[in-house]
Amino acid sequence: MTVSTDTPTTASVSTPATRLRSLGWIARRVGGGVFVLWAVATIIFFALRLIPGDPVDAILGGPGSQASAEAVAQIRADYGLDQPLIVQYFLAMGKLAVADFGTSYALKVAVAPYVLTQLWSTLVLTIASLVVAWLGALALTLATSGRSRVARALGSALELLAAAVPHFWLASLLIILLSNTLHWLPPISVPGPLGLVLPVLTLALPLTGFLGQVMRESLANAYEQPFVLSARARGESEWGVRLRHVLRHAALPGISLSGWAFGSLLSGAVVVETIFARPGLGRTLLSAVTIRDIPVVTAVALLSALTFIIVTIATDVVDRIVDPRVTEVAAR
Amino acid sequence: MTEILAGRLSRPAGRAPGIRGRGGWLRNSGVIIALAVLALILTAALAPQLITTADPDAVAPAEAFQSPSAAHFFGTDESGRDVYTRVVFGAGNSLLIGIAATAVGLGLALILGLLGGLGSRLGDFVSTRIVEVMFALPGLLLALVFIAIAGPGVVTSTVAVGLSTAPGYARIIRSQLRSVRSASYVEAATVLGHSRARIVWQHILPGALSPIFVLGTLGVGQAIVWASSLGFLGLGVAPPAAEWGAMLSSGRTYIDVAWWLTVFPGLAIVATAASFTVLGRALNARTRQEARG
Amino acid sequence: MTGSPLLRVSDLSVHFDRSARPAVDNVSFDVAAGECLAIVGESGSGKSVTARSLLGLAPAGAHVSFSELTLAGESLPAPGARRWRTIRGASIGLVLQDALVSLDPLRPVGREIDDVLRLHTTLSQRERQARVLELLDAVGIPDPALRARQRSGELSGGLRQRALIAAGIAAGPALIIADEPTTALDVTVQARVLDLLASLRNNGTAMILITHDLAVVSRVAGRVAVMSEGRIVETGETSAVLRAPTALPTQQLLAAIPVDVPRGVALSVPADADAPTASAASSPPVALSPTLPSATFSTASLEHPAAARPPALELRSVSRRYPTPRGEAIQALDAVSLTLDAGRTLGLVGQSGSGKTTIARIALGLETADSGDVLLNGNEWGSLSARERRPLRHTLGAIYQDALSSFDPRLSVERILTDALGVGASGTRQSLTTTSELLDAVDLPQSLKNRRPLHLSGGQRQRVAIARALAPGPQTILCDEPVSSLDVSTQARVLNLLDELQRHLHLSYLFISHDLGVIRHMSDRVAVINEGRIVETGETEEIFIAPRDPYTRSLLAALPRVRR
Repeated sequence: MTVSTDTPTTASVSTPATRLRSLGWIARRVGGGVFVLWAVATIIFFALRLIPGDPVDAILGGPGSQASAEAVAQIRADYGLDQPLIVQYFLAMGKLAVADFGTSYALKVAVAPYVLTQLWSTLVLTIASLVVAWLGALALTLATSGRSRVARALGSALELLAAAVPHFWLASLLIILLSNTLHWLPPISVPGPLGLVLPVLTLALPLTGFLGQVMRESLANAYEQPFVLSARARGESEWGVRLRHVLRHAALPGISLSGWAFGSLLSGAVVVETIFARPGLGRTLLSAVTIRDIPVVTAVALLSALTFIIVTIATDVVDRIVDPRVTEVAAR
Repeated sequence: MTEILAGRLSRPAGRAPGIRGRGGWLRNSGVIIALAVLALILTAALAPQLITTADPDAVAPAEAFQSPSAAHFFGTDESGRDVYTRVVFGAGNSLLIGIAATAVGLGLALILGLLGGLGSRLGDFVSTRIVEVMFALPGLLLALVFIAIAGPGVVTSTVAVGLSTAPGYARIIRSQLRSVRSASYVEAATVLGHSRARIVWQHILPGALSPIFVLGTLGVGQAIVWASSLGFLGLGVAPPAAEWGAMLSSGRTYIDVAWWLTVFPGLAIVATAASFTVLGRALNARTRQEARG
Repeated sequence: MTGSPLLRVSDLSVHFDRSARPAVDNVSFDVAAGECLAIVGESGSGKSVTARSLLGLAPAGAHVSFSELTLAGESLPAPGARRWRTIRGASIGLVLQDALVSLDPLRPVGREIDDVLRLHTTLSQRERQARVLELLDAVGIPDPALRARQRSGELSGGLRQRALIAAGIAAGPALIIADEPTTALDVTVQARVLDLLASLRNNGTAMILITHDLAVVSRVAGRVAVMSEGRIVETGETSAVLRAPTALPTQQLLAAIPVDVPRGVALSVPADADAPTASAASSPPVALSPTLPSATFSTASLEHPAAARPPALELRSVSRRYPTPRGEAIQALDAVSLTLDAGRTLGLVGQSGSGKTTIARIALGLETADSGDVLLNGNEWGSLSARERRPLRHTLGAIYQDALSSFDPRLSVERILTDALGVGASGTRQSLTTTSELLDAVDLPQSLKNRRPLHLSGGQRQRVAIARALAPGPQTILCDEPVSSLDVSTQARVLNLLDELQRHLHLSYLFISHDLGVIRHMSDRVAVINEGRIVETGETEEIFIAPRDPYTRSLLAALPRVRR
C-alpha cells in the first residue's frame, strides 16, 4: 500500500537512490555468481574423484600403459595425487582462484588456452543459433498470429514438431537432405561460414519451436489486452498494432528464457559438435570425461557455468530495459 | 526443456488463452491425434506382439540394407533385422526411460521445491542456491559426469536425465507454492481460524502440486529426447538392444546408403515427444480452466 | 440543437455466434455536436458492445447489422474495412476505463498520444512532440514534459486517465466515446475527470458516455438512454428521466442507489431477485429464513445500546509504517483510533491508498501494528501470537471485495461452508450449524451446494462469502469493500441481506468502503480516513450533514449525486 494522491506512485527518474539500488543489485548478482562457480568447482572436484579407476592411468594414456611402479609413483607425486583428498581439494581451489587450470592429463598442454579456443568455437555456434532461433520464432509468430485459423494452426504445429526433434536426428536429416542429396553443404564442419550453416540450423530449429510456442501464447494474451483495443481505436493498422504494441509483450517471456535457452544450447553443442566433427567445448568435454582428464573437465564446467551466469545476468538486464515494471515489482 | 512449456503453470491464476475459440479445432483434433499416437506406442511398449510378429533381434545377413517395402515397412538394417519390428520393440525401453527419468526429476524437484516453497528462510535460501548451481551446470555435463561415475546403462542414463531436468521442475514447484501461499483464499482460511498445518495440507499443497501431473506429462516427451541423445552418444542402452537412440546411433554409420535407418526411429521419437507435449498442454489448459475460468 | 445530428444510429443489432439472445437489439439513437448522450445500464446490458460497434471494433464472433450508421451524413464503413483506419482516432475517439491497462504499459504515454498524431496529421516529429505536451497540459496534467516520458504504471490513476483522454482527443475527433471513463477512480479524482469531459463537450465535441453510474450521468450528460438486456428501454432529457423514470429498469436502477436512503430502510430491488437462483423469488427482498433465530423484526437493534458489552473492536492509536523500495518509509497508519460498539456498524471511508486495507489487515490479525493496541471484545488481540489468536478467531469474521479469489478454486460451496463450520467449536448458537441453514440464511438455494464459486454470479459469490463468515458464529464481521465490484441492484440486495443479518444475529460490522453512499446507508457511526489519519469520526448523519473537517467536506462535495 502506498499513500498517493494525484501524484506519481513510482518515479522512474534516475535518482542517486535508484542508481545505488542498481549497484546493489549488480553486486548481489556477481556475489551469487562467484558462489555458483565455487559450488560447481567443488562438485566437479569430488564427482571426478568418484569415477572408478586411477587418474594416473589417464595421465599415462589409458589403463593399458606399461609404466613401472616408480614412474606411477613419480607422476602421483608430480600431480599431487599422493596427498590426502582434502589437501588436494584446497590446493585445487587455491589454483582455480587464481585461474590456474593446470595441465591436461591427456594432451599435456596448458588447459586454459586450449579450452579458451574451444570455448570461442562453441560461443560462435551457440550465439549464432540463439540469434537464428530468435529471428525464426519472431518471423513465425508474427507471420501466423492474428491470421486465419489455418495459418495459426500450421504455425503451432510447426513449432510443436520442431520442439520435439532431437538434435542428433535433425543433424542426420539435414545431412541426408542438404549434403548427400542436394550437395549444397559439406556434411562435416569445415572452417568458414559455410561450415557453420548445418550446425547452427541443427541447434536453432528446436529452440525456434520452443521460443515460438512461448511467444505465440504471450502474443495471444497481449492481443486480448485493452491497450490493443485503444490502439485500434486510434486508427492503428494491424501491422502497427503488431509491431508497435503486441510484439514487445510477446518478446518478454522469450527474453527471460534466453538464459535458459543458452544453457540448453551448450548441452546441445555436445551432440552437434560430435556429429559435425566441429571443435568446441562440447566435444572436448565428451572426450575429457571419457578419459578422465580432470583438469580439462573442471575447466569446461567452470567456463560453461561462467558463460551461463553472464548470459543470465545479461538477459535480466535486457528484461529490465524492455519492461521497466520488472524493476519496480522486484524492488517491492 | 519442460520449463519453457511449463513456465506458464507458475503464472498465477491468469486466464488461459486459446481455450475459447482460438484454434480450437486444431487443439481438439490435435489432442485426438496425440492420444491415438500414444495409444499405439503404449501398445507397442506393453504388447509388441500385437503389432508385429517378427523377432527384433532376428539376424538375416542376406537381407541387409533393404529399403522400405511391403515385407519390411521401414526396411532392414546392416544385419538384416527388420527396422519396423525394432522400432516397435524399442518403444518399451524409450517410454520406460522417459517416464522413469521424469519421475526421478520430479521427485528430486519436489524435495527442493517443498524446501524452498514452504520451508523457513534458511530452507528457501539453501534450496534456491542448490537449484542455481544445478542450472549453471549444462544438463549434459551433469549427465556425462554421472554416467562416468556409475557406468553406462539404462538405469544410469535414466537417473542422469532425471538429474538434469530436476532444477527446472524445482523452480516451478517453488514458485507455484509461493504464489498459492500468498493467495487470498489462504489468507481467508487463516482469518477463519484454521491451523497452519491444516491450511498447508488442505489448501496450499493440493493447489500448488496439482500441476505436477501436467508437468510430468509435458516432461516425458523431452526426457525421451534427452535419453535418446545419451543413447546416441553411446552412453545409454547397450547397442544390440532395441532402443530408439541407440538405433539412430548405429544407423548413422550407414547414413549414405540407408536413410531409413535414421529416419524411422527418429520419427518415432518426434511423434512420441510431440504427442506428450500436446497432451500435457491440453491437460494444463483444462486444469487452469477449472481453477479459474 | 442543430438540424441534422452528427451521429445517427438506426436499428443497430449485434448477435454473437453461440448466443440465442442478441447482445444489442435494434438500438437507435442520435448524437448532435456539443451534446453528451449517456448510455446507462448494468453489466451485460449491451452498452459496451454498442459503443464498440460504432468504431467497427465489435468483439470477435459478433455479427453487426443496422439500417443506418452515419457520421456527419456519411455512412460508416463495413466492419473490417480499411477506411475505418482514417475514422478511428481522427473522427471518433475512444476513451476506455482503467488507463493502467488501456494504455500500453510498456510505452511512455507521450508515445501513445504521438501515435494518434502520426497516424492522422501531417505534422513533423518536432511539431508532434510540442503538440503532445500541449495536449497533456490541456487535460490538466502538470509537468507534461516529465509525464510524457513515463509509462502508465508510473502515473497515478487520475493522471493516466487524463493521458488516455488526451490520446482520445489528440486528432480533434468530432465524437468521443467514453466507456466507463471514471469507474476505477476515487471520487475526488472522478469529479475532476468528469469536469474535463464536460469542458470538452462545451467546446463542441459530441460525446457518448457509457456508464453504469446514474450519478455520473447527471453530472455531464444532457440526454440519457437506458439499456437493459440489449434494448434501449428509455431515452430522454437526463433531468426528466431521473426525476420521473417511466421504464421499470430505470426505476430499479435509481431505487437501488443507496445515496440518500437512510439507515435501516431496505433498498428497493427488482422483485425477481437473483431470479433463477434465489429460492424465494416472490418473497420480500430478503427472505426471512425460518432457521434464523426467532427475531423481533424491528429496528430495535439499531438503537439498542451496547450497554453491558465492551466494544466489539477497538483500535487505540495504531501506527504502521512500510519501507519503500527507495529506502524511505511510508506512514500507512498514523495513530489511528477507532471504536466499534457491539451490535452496531462503524463505517470506515477513505480513498484508495488512505490506509483502509492496512486497518483491515491489522484488525484481522494478519499484520501487526508497529505501535498501539488492538482489542477484540475488550480483550487484548493485536499483540497476541498467531497461536494465541487462533482460538479467538471464530468471533471475528470477514468478507472481502473479491469474493471469488477468497475461495479455494477446487472446493465446492458445500465444502467451503463445511470447512468453515468446522472451526466454530463454541456451542454458543443452536441455529446456523449446517450448510443448509447457512444457505437459507443468505438466501441461496440448496441446489448451489455442489457448484464451485467460479460458476456462480457475483452476487451469489458474495452471499456464499457471507455464509462462510457466519459459519463459525462470529459476533463481529469485517466487511472490506464487500459490494464494490457488484452491479447496483446486486449491491442493493447484498446490503439488504447484511442489514437483515445484523438485526437477527446482533452482529457488529466494521464496514470499509470508498463509496460514501454505501457508507451512509450502512453505518451508525462513520470514521473518515485520509493519508493514514482518521480526520473525523461521528454519528453518520452528523458527518454527512455537517462535516467539520475540510477533507470530509471535499469528499462530500465531489460525491456525484443523482440530481433530479
